[in-house]
Amino acid sequence: MSELRAQLSEWRTAVARALPPWWSKGLAALLVLIGITLPFMTGPQSGFLNGTITAIAYAVMALGLNVVVGMAGLLDLGYVAFYALGAFCAGWLGSSFFFGVHVHVGVAPTLSHAIGIHLNIVLILIAAVLVCAVAGMIIGLPTLRLRGDYIAIVTLAFGEIIGVLAVNGQSISVGGGMMLTAGNQGISAIDPPWFPGVGSFSLLDMRPWYWLIFAVLLIVLFVNVRVRDSRLGRAWVALREDEVAAVSMGIPLVKTKLMAYAIGAAFGGMSGAFLGVYITEVNANSFQFGFSVFIVAMVVVGGIGSIWGALVGGLLLGYINNYLIPDVLNDFPSHFGLHFQLTSVSFGIFGFLLLLVMVARPQGLLPERRRKLEMTGEVAALDTELGSEPEAGNAI
Amino acid sequence: MAARPVAAALAAVRRHIGRWGLILALLALPVYYAVYDLANGYQAGVVAGHPVIHHDLSKLGFNFAEGLSDGAIWALIAIGYTLVYGIIELINFAHGDVFMIGSFTAVGIWSALGLNLTTGLLGVAGGLIVALIVSMITTGALNVLVEKVAYKPLRAAPKVAPLITAIGTSFILQNVGLLWRGGSQLSVTDVIGSQTVVFTVAGIPILRGYLLAWVVTIPLVFALSWFISHTRPGKAMRATAQDPEAARLMGINVNNTISLTFLLGGALAGAAGLIYAVYETQVWYFQGFRAGLFAFTAAVMGGIGNVRGAVLGGLIIGVIQALSDERIGPQWTEAIVFAYLIGIMVLRPKGLLGEETREAG
Repeated sequence: MSELRAQLSEWRTAVARALPPWWSKGLAALLVLIGITLPFMTGPQSGFLNGTITAIAYAVMALGLNVVVGMAGLLDLGYVAFYALGAFCAGWLGSSFFFGVHVHVGVAPTLSHAIGIHLNIVLILIAAVLVCAVAGMIIGLPTLRLRGDYIAIVTLAFGEIIGVLAVNGQSISVGGGMMLTAGNQGISAIDPPWFPGVGSFSLLDMRPWYWLIFAVLLIVLFVNVRVRDSRLGRAWVALREDEVAAVSMGIPLVKTKLMAYAIGAAFGGMSGAFLGVYITEVNANSFQFGFSVFIVAMVVVGGIGSIWGALVGGLLLGYINNYLIPDVLNDFPSHFGLHFQLTSVSFGIFGFLLLLVMVARPQGLLPERRRKLEMTGEVAALDTELGSEPEAGNAI
Repeated sequence: MAARPVAAALAAVRRHIGRWGLILALLALPVYYAVYDLANGYQAGVVAGHPVIHHDLSKLGFNFAEGLSDGAIWALIAIGYTLVYGIIELINFAHGDVFMIGSFTAVGIWSALGLNLTTGLLGVAGGLIVALIVSMITTGALNVLVEKVAYKPLRAAPKVAPLITAIGTSFILQNVGLLWRGGSQLSVTDVIGSQTVVFTVAGIPILRGYLLAWVVTIPLVFALSWFISHTRPGKAMRATAQDPEAARLMGINVNNTISLTFLLGGALAGAAGLIYAVYETQVWYFQGFRAGLFAFTAAVMGGIGNVRGAVLGGLIIGVIQALSDERIGPQWTEAIVFAYLIGIMVLRPKGLLGEETREAG
């Protein structure tokens, strides 16, 4: 086993030496090109394209959660809150839901006399980013003094409270006979995106939707890479590795942690707003704890802390959830005489994936170098022993 | 120089909030409703078309009775959280779902035995004791299995690793429950007539379901605290919780002690599962999620790692739940309990009876 591993790493260095120095940038450019031209390879409307759009939206969320969980090491189990808030931004600001007001900015001419608030998709995305960044900081505040798994529980509680508010919002009046949310009926008929010169997006041609979310993904990836390599990114790693040492070196604890929550939440809100517009409905039923775990699973499968891992994990689990399980493998159990559909146990499958990855390959598919040492080095050295140093646990 | 007294005063305020803030927050709901009932009264019933308004504390007392019996369930589950946290500092996220499996097992046993309201007292009692024992053994064994598969391989890994496998296990167990009994709330036979009033104390009706909850919970809690404080394995548990490395050097088999802890916690969750099924007369695969979080809140409220604290916390959460269900609306209960959870984390992370922990300190 170790011989094989040594051989592999030898090959890897050989390949790296043979490649020209600009290969990674070239590869990135090639991937972007493939990404842009992908919809031309399928029809304007296909199950695959639909699955891809949703998978990219999930990948954006995974990238956001990765900032909080991976880079800053704060396990956030309430990420669904930002999906909910982002989607509600789309519902509130891009539909006739608030029927008592007339606001429209940069929307299709057909909507210019419609009741409700109608904003351009770009404004909705910006609003979602701002709302979620503030919400992220509010959720982060009570966890500042806490460490480890207590953070997970507090964020989970916040996520659940937002979910309860979303369901019960149909009985909270905001004045003029209007309610805060539509509960389980859902705020529906959200305006499709509209751009001058392009017109309104329609669900008959999915390609513009694809390019929109692809553009969002590129922006998020760019911000992720730049933030990781910035002073702030290094501060996150330092706080994650050893809080006491980092603070004594002059890293502002409150600001640094809150920035992680805010940036992570902002990405979630962006993706949530897009999904709200794309699904054309904001239903309170979809904001459940399982969704938070689904996003956590993407980050874990990809490799905690790794940007490319989060991207791959997000796309992979997105495809598994939206394409593989419902379309390809759904009848699988019936071949063994079992009477259930695979979609009903999809969260069980993700739970199993979490368990499998953590036990068999804790560093994930595409690990970040530093994190890989952290996750495997200790496991190998202390294999069956009980962790003797309490500090070892606080590293994450 | 003026800043210093101000800072000192602020620190003093913060210290007092830390000490009394949680207690004040806990007293807020009952005191408010006590004053409300005494001043404004409440509608106790309708006689000849006229509402009967009472000005006393019976309604609040009834809320408390209901809360204390709900709380008995949360207390039993919370003990499992607190024991496991005390010994390996892990939030056993799958614990709520182990409780759910306990409910399902108990229901399976009493359906198989054919218990119902027409069975005689001895038959029901005997059947329930069999169901209790079987479900306690099942959930205890299940919890040990979960520990072996999901947590033991990760003892030395960063703490986030076992927490993630715990979440994974929780979802697996939930889906096992889903495949076992379907995805909707399932009504089960009411074997004891749990809503029947047995006697009335000071205007507070005591139902059979409450008595069952107390009759099962109280002996179990006492047996557990006796076990922990008076037996050799209990001593080993306490030693391992204090310092696993030193315990191992003293010749304690740490792995077996951890397994024993999971066995005890799981068995208590099984007992809670039986009470829940008898008392609520319905079960479903998702019951463990809410129960697990309520019980975790209870464990943190009492001070995690502390068995007496877990029981106290469970009873308090039960009362909060009953007050919220009856007075505010059941759809808000979860949000209120979780708000308390966040409040505890902000005001007093070590809980009511707890010591400073490494996590929260």
